[in-house]
Amino acid sequence: MAEIKVWGGLRPAIGGAATLDIEASTIRELLRKLEEQYPDTAPFIEAGIAVSIDGVIYRDSWGQKLPSSAEIYLLPRIEGG
Amino acid sequence: MSNNTKFTGQSFKSVGTRPLRPDGLDKVTGRARYGADIQLPGQLTALILRSPHAHATIKSIDTSKAEKLKGVKAVLTSADLPDKNKGDQDLFDILDNCMARKKVLYDGHSVAAVAAIDAVTARAALKLIKVEYAILPHVTDVDEAVKPKAPLLNRKCITQGVEPTPKKASNVAKRTEFGHGNTETGFAEADFVKERNFKTEQTHQGYIEPHACVASYSPDGTAELWVCTQGHFVFRQQCAALLGMDVSKLRVTPTEIGGGFGGKTHVWAEPVALALSRKANRPVKLVMSREEVFRASGPTSATSIDIKIGITKDGTITAGDATLRYSNGPYVGPWAMLGAMTAFACYDLKNVRTVGYEVLVNRPKTTAYRAPSAPMAAFAVESVIDELAAEIGMDPVEVRIKNAAKEGSQSSYGPVYGPIGIGPTLEAAQKHPHMSAKLGKNQGRGMACGFWFNFGGQTCTDLNIAPDGTVTLTVGTIDVGGARASLSLIAAEELGISYEDVKAVVGDTTSVGYNDMTDGSRGTFSSSMATIIAARNAISILKERAATMWEIPVDKVIWEEGHAKATGKKHGNLAPLSLAEIAAEAPNTGGPIAGHNELVADGAGVSFATHICDVEVDRETGRTKVVRYTVIQDAGKAVHPTYVEGQYQGGAAQGIGWALNEEYIYGDDGRLQNPGFLDYRIPVCSDLPMIDTQILEIPNPNHPYGVRGVGETSIVPPLAAVANAVSNAAGVRMTHVPMSAPRILKAIDSAQD
Amino acid sequence: MAQLVSTKINNDPIQFVCEPQEPLLDALRDRVGLTGVKEGCGTGDCGACSIILDGTLVCSCLVLGVEAEGRAIETVEGMADGATLHPLQTKFLEHAALQCGICTPGFLIAAKALLKNNPAPTEEEIRYALAGNLCRCTGYDKIVRAVQDAAKVMRKG
Ligand code: FES
Ligand code: FES
Repeated sequence: MAEIKVWGGLRPAIGGAATLDIEASTIRELLRKLEEQYPDTAPFIEAGIAVSIDGVIYRDSWGQKLPSSAEIYLLPRIEGG
Repeated sequence: MSNNTKFTGQSFKSVGTRPLRPDGLDKVTGRARYGADIQLPGQLTALILRSPHAHATIKSIDTSKAEKLKGVKAVLTSADLPDKNKGDQDLFDILDNCMARKKVLYDGHSVAAVAAIDAVTARAALKLIKVEYAILPHVTDVDEAVKPKAPLLNRKCITQGVEPTPKKASNVAKRTEFGHGNTETGFAEADFVKERNFKTEQTHQGYIEPHACVASYSPDGTAELWVCTQGHFVFRQQCAALLGMDVSKLRVTPTEIGGGFGGKTHVWAEPVALALSRKANRPVKLVMSREEVFRASGPTSATSIDIKIGITKDGTITAGDATLRYSNGPYVGPWAMLGAMTAFACYDLKNVRTVGYEVLVNRPKTTAYRAPSAPMAAFAVESVIDELAAEIGMDPVEVRIKNAAKEGSQSSYGPVYGPIGIGPTLEAAQKHPHMSAKLGKNQGRGMACGFWFNFGGQTCTDLNIAPDGTVTLTVGTIDVGGARASLSLIAAEELGISYEDVKAVVGDTTSVGYNDMTDGSRGTFSSSMATIIAARNAISILKERAATMWEIPVDKVIWEEGHAKATGKKHGNLAPLSLAEIAAEAPNTGGPIAGHNELVADGAGVSFATHICDVEVDRETGRTKVVRYTVIQDAGKAVHPTYVEGQYQGGAAQGIGWALNEEYIYGDDGRLQNPGFLDYRIPVCSDLPMIDTQILEIPNPNHPYGVRGVGETSIVPPLAAVANAVSNAAGVRMTHVPMSAPRILKAIDSAQD
Repeated sequence: MAQLVSTKINNDPIQFVCEPQEPLLDALRDRVGLTGVKEGCGTGDCGACSIILDGTLVCSCLVLGVEAEGRAIETVEGMADGATLHPLQTKFLEHAALQCGICTPGFLIAAKALLKNNPAPTEEEIRYALAGNLCRCTGYDKIVRAVQDAAKVMRKG
């Protein structure tokens, strides 16, 4: 089971924890289960959540695989200039 | 897809050279067409009426007199642009910003628009529109706006991200938090702890080309828009949504763009031009004046930042804490959040916490400006690190090297870093001759680091091989500063042909698939990835065609140096076929040859920079001049080094302007006092020295050539580098940017008292 | 009442009609079609609209169209000799002295005016001569180098 770390802003929506246990093999599955298990995360998911896999930030790739040994970190989706 | 976009460490023929850019000739001869240069038959001139009040309820708008004026073809208010966004808050905000609904929220907020046969008539018509306002109390200062008694911009604004949810509305729209470890323990371990408040004023991207577009709406429900934009696909989405059109019925053609830096990433007046065209049934041209650009487009946040950092005697940072309040204008954005994510990103910290507050104020809607929100946070953090270094008697570069993040460090915004370049830029700075050069009288030296994420995103590219073997590359990302040259180099590299045989163009929204905008330094990063894959796809077709021409199996054909070569004992003696030779036979071997790619180019590498700055301060007047400046930055791989240097230099110059001069000045009446280049002074040629650059290349493992984004990071360190230099020259810590002459003088005087 | 104005633009006799209050910048762009002359501010602060009027560098946004009567105008469109670029144009390209390019026509004209009066300017002279032209993209470094290099080429003739 992958341990998923989340940024501070999302913690209130998952009951205050800094990490989550969600069994997921892709980004799509992770986000779907996140919303199922923690409905309060819905507005964050709608605003956009990026997934960092071993430090590489994925903003749009649902199909991206989540290796079981990887560090997974959820971040808000960000934009630049 | 992800497997074949990894960095391979190949050597290059074209990439890394410095050819002339394909669009250069048109730009030095005056032929290039920018937003305001488009002219359609029967075109009308549009102008916008803007609020003179910072905050007011619109009681009524009477357009009847304007409508009757001869030559006026359409008058428009928010009633003509109803909300069709089905609850999408971001789109609603953009709509409300384009044309105010019940309230005006800042000086310059648009309330009505006209389209007339010429500018003189349009101006006369604006004067005939009567708007009745009920003036409300306003607040423009970020620290004032968070006070409990501050006038409220939005009575429904309940702070998000706070537990339990507040019951009362405030101007704080959102709270975000990042970090790890325990800062209290960290501070307890420190030998020295420094706490300070820093302020930065609001600046504008200051692109020289004002927003401009020509809209032509046809009675059959289709429309065309020519516009200077950083993202024509995004403009198409936004305009179509705001006007209730089918996306595919709107064709957006990007003109050349005269600078954007984030300011042309969403629509300002384009939906208004389209709606006027729809109403008047004529093409409409809308060009903002410089004053409108300042009052109603763009700016970055004004900020107030509290920093607390603890350090041990031997120079280890034990904890960092930041509270960042960023002005957002009247609509909530991600601005303090980005400051909170980037503030400590250069360092490997055990204990770090950053908290951002998005603050609503009666100023124009905050928009991205080059590495948005990072320069202010870096200013605050890098200033305190310098002070602490002095306190423990350590060299400022040394302290930073000691604490620099490296591969495997947990970043202050969360994830663990891959291979990164902060350490190498610092070491390069340490060795740089600038660092040891002698300083003159009243001069001071400062240095600082900066970080930016860089993004990839949706990208779509077409590569077509012409019958004579030359190549057209059609991309959908806007070229803001030489991307067509870089992408041509990459296509040439991959195909093994010469740069001159590739012509890159930016396609309109009907000629390629969707592309995200050119922001987050993504243009070259992601379009190069798509170009490489498109070229590889074309090569596999070229090999098939060669096999057909030779009548041999395709697995016996390889591609090398722009030629198909047959391999193996049986075929090895066949003379190689050039791309041009294969292209010439295309009609007989299966028709046109093309490569195509669409992808999400994720995995853009983070980027770091270290800047060194020398200033001279006139202690009598406070006037400060930058006398030497050096930029050291990691580019991953510099595809066209001259344009990489240009990005470094341009970002540094913008940062220097921000550090010393540029600021929005509001009067007590909430009106902008300096909406023009005379009083909002960006650096001119005589203000600056040459800007030295040093490009480091630490390959991005997630790009075939190792490319990282290069466009944004260069604006991050200058505020701090200049502030550290001024503080060293003047002998007093500067905490308020811009460090205009009066502010410096005041600081010197109060230090002497 | 609109007036007829007779001028010489880039060595061609050109007539245009314009309103008495109309800036020369608008007349050149909208009536003559010389959109190489750019507008960045309309108030004389950015230099994007620079032209040479009877041998003098001016901001065309600060001159009225009617004031051009009987006078000679040089714009960026007239700098090249057919297909042969002016040395300043060549050097701006070689040095990548432009990114977005919106400021380029103004800089080229201002630099041309400078080199006519001072064929061997110092770096400081170049910086002050071009201080009326704003560029937001380049930080001026490559612009100054391009002008220095062009001056060298032009001195050699
Ligand atoms: S447009 Fe004339 S100086 Fe700016
Ligand atoms: S190149 Fe963009 S303003 Fe100069």
